[in-house]
Amino acid sequence: MMLFLLIRRGLRQHIVSTAVAVLLVALGMGLVISVWVVRAEAEQSFTRSASGFDAVLGARGSKLQLVLNGLFAQETSPGNITADDYKEIRDLPFVDRTLPIVVGDNFRGVRLVGTNMDLFNNLDYSPGQVYHVEPGGRAFDPDQKEAVVGSLAAHQLGWSIGTTFHPFHGLDYDPNAQHSEIFKVVGVLAPTNTPADRVIWVPMDGVRQLGGHDPAAFTEMSAVLVRFKPGAQAAGFMLDTRYNRQGKRLTLAWPVASILGDLFSKFDWFEDALRALAYMVAVVAGASVFSAVYSSMSARKRDLAILRALGAHRGFLIAAVLGESAAIGVLGCALGFGLYACIGSVVQEILRTRIGVLLEPWAWNPVLVWGPALMVLLSVIAGAIPAWRAYRLSVAEGLSPLS
Amino acid sequence: MDPIPALIIRDLVKTYPAPSGARTEVLRIPALGLQGGRQAALRGESGLGKTTLMHIIAGILEPDSGLVSVGGTELTGLSESRRDRFRAERLGYVFQTFNLLQGLTALENVSLGLAFGRGARAGVAMAALDRVGLADRAHYLPRQLSTGQQQRVAVARALANRPCLILADEPTGNLDTVRGGKVIDLLRSSAAELGAALLVASHDPEVLGAFEQVIDLAELNQVQAREEES
Repeated sequence: MMLFLLIRRGLRQHIVSTAVAVLLVALGMGLVISVWVVRAEAEQSFTRSASGFDAVLGARGSKLQLVLNGLFAQETSPGNITADDYKEIRDLPFVDRTLPIVVGDNFRGVRLVGTNMDLFNNLDYSPGQVYHVEPGGRAFDPDQKEAVVGSLAAHQLGWSIGTTFHPFHGLDYDPNAQHSEIFKVVGVLAPTNTPADRVIWVPMDGVRQLGGHDPAAFTEMSAVLVRFKPGAQAAGFMLDTRYNRQGKRLTLAWPVASILGDLFSKFDWFEDALRALAYMVAVVAGASVFSAVYSSMSARKRDLAILRALGAHRGFLIAAVLGESAAIGVLGCALGFGLYACIGSVVQEILRTRIGVLLEPWAWNPVLVWGPALMVLLSVIAGAIPAWRAYRLSVAEGLSPLS
Repeated sequence: MDPIPALIIRDLVKTYPAPSGARTEVLRIPALGLQGGRQAALRGESGLGKTTLMHIIAGILEPDSGLVSVGGTELTGLSESRRDRFRAERLGYVFQTFNLLQGLTALENVSLGLAFGRGARAGVAMAALDRVGLADRAHYLPRQLSTGQQQRVAVARALANRPCLILADEPTGNLDTVRGGKVIDLLRSSAAELGAALLVASHDPEVLGAFEQVIDLAELNQVQAREEES
């Protein structure tokens, strides 16, 4: 009890240097965890947000572009595929589900994605969870200019059932490119925490037959999302050979997780830079703990000598000094978790609103254990020299009368 | 009278390293004793080695040779950690500069005196504060107390573990005459009440006059006697 009391009072007596050290440890800890978790969790979140689809079939072009366009409503489409291409892959025996999509228009930057009724036909985006319209709404009629708006888009645009709108031509918002056709919102998609939340879903023909679109492309589509039957993963190899190696007209983006992994690996240099920065901040934090504990120990040399004179053995002084540095580490880690919660929330919100991917900052990651352990260990190591000085303290010198 | 002597010193020698590398003798005391429950003053001007002797008796410093026995325990035969433990359990020490921990309250400072020995107990610490008349200042920090009150807290800390020997090194050095007299009275009465022996080191005639037995360090320490002869 006395040890804890002395540690607490010691920290309080040098509150400014203690606070600076705690803040630096928190910063180091927050950065270390953020760099590790956000990177790992972002990749996993993107993979989760593939909504259970294994592949994307589209026009000849970049696989990454197909995945980003087809699954995440990002980027442009590399081109169109025909209705026959769609039917061919849809009818393959090892294909479980398909979802054709058509992109090309927007409403004030929110993409319109054309699809068919398969979206509402018990299509699951994660195990046990299917796309469905919120109560009070309904799926669009494929032959009408109707829309089911994603939950995030509805919130962003302030739309509800009954809202009507004129779409704008192109994927980027151009106020001078508004279509004359009017669409009506007939339902809001229940939140899925996938990119489906941030688009406006309309019937395929609704997009294809808007004014200004090429009549020759009225039966074409931008891509088809494909899910293989369970246990039919060899199908991916077969179709990869058929479309990517033997064919020259289409591209099968498969496997999605690997393509997303390639995307993240492009940012490895940035991650390495962030890691180096995090390590540097951690080292600076350790130095600040050393400085705080060393100056605290020097200023309290007399106190330590008094403790010795009262019967405290040398090990007690070591424990008191190391306890102070460990306490700074623990307090810094607690604050660091708070900092990480803020960073995680900001990143989560950015990814959710801009890409529709839900990041889970508190999903299990070993860094959540080794990060704080590392910072506390660094703090204790930083306290080793002051502790050794306390151990070697001469009581008689420490108690010599003050000048 | 207590059959066990509170303090026995025999053939004590203490040296310090000189800048030249040789060792300089500062204490050479053939014999010194104090019976249990007795009170004595140790007279000596500054620089004669009073504090060094008190530190040796308390087990803070080790002599080069000789025997120091306190309350029947030979300190010179104990390891440093055993001496620490002995000091915490059996000795009370009052310093000239009070030596209270500024971050702790009066009660916590007194508890500190118990913590390394038989264990801190708030009731015992409070009783010690009550004995010196500071129970109502238990939760004050040292800076919120007068110098006299601070020294009384230091006395309470020295008494709390019910020591067999109380050492006070210039306990009135930082106090005026009136407050100094009160502290000496408090020390003497408390030691008598506890049955503890008391050894007060001082060069103040007022303090020395309060004791029947006064030990003159200048006579006792043969190093000093040799220097005076030469």
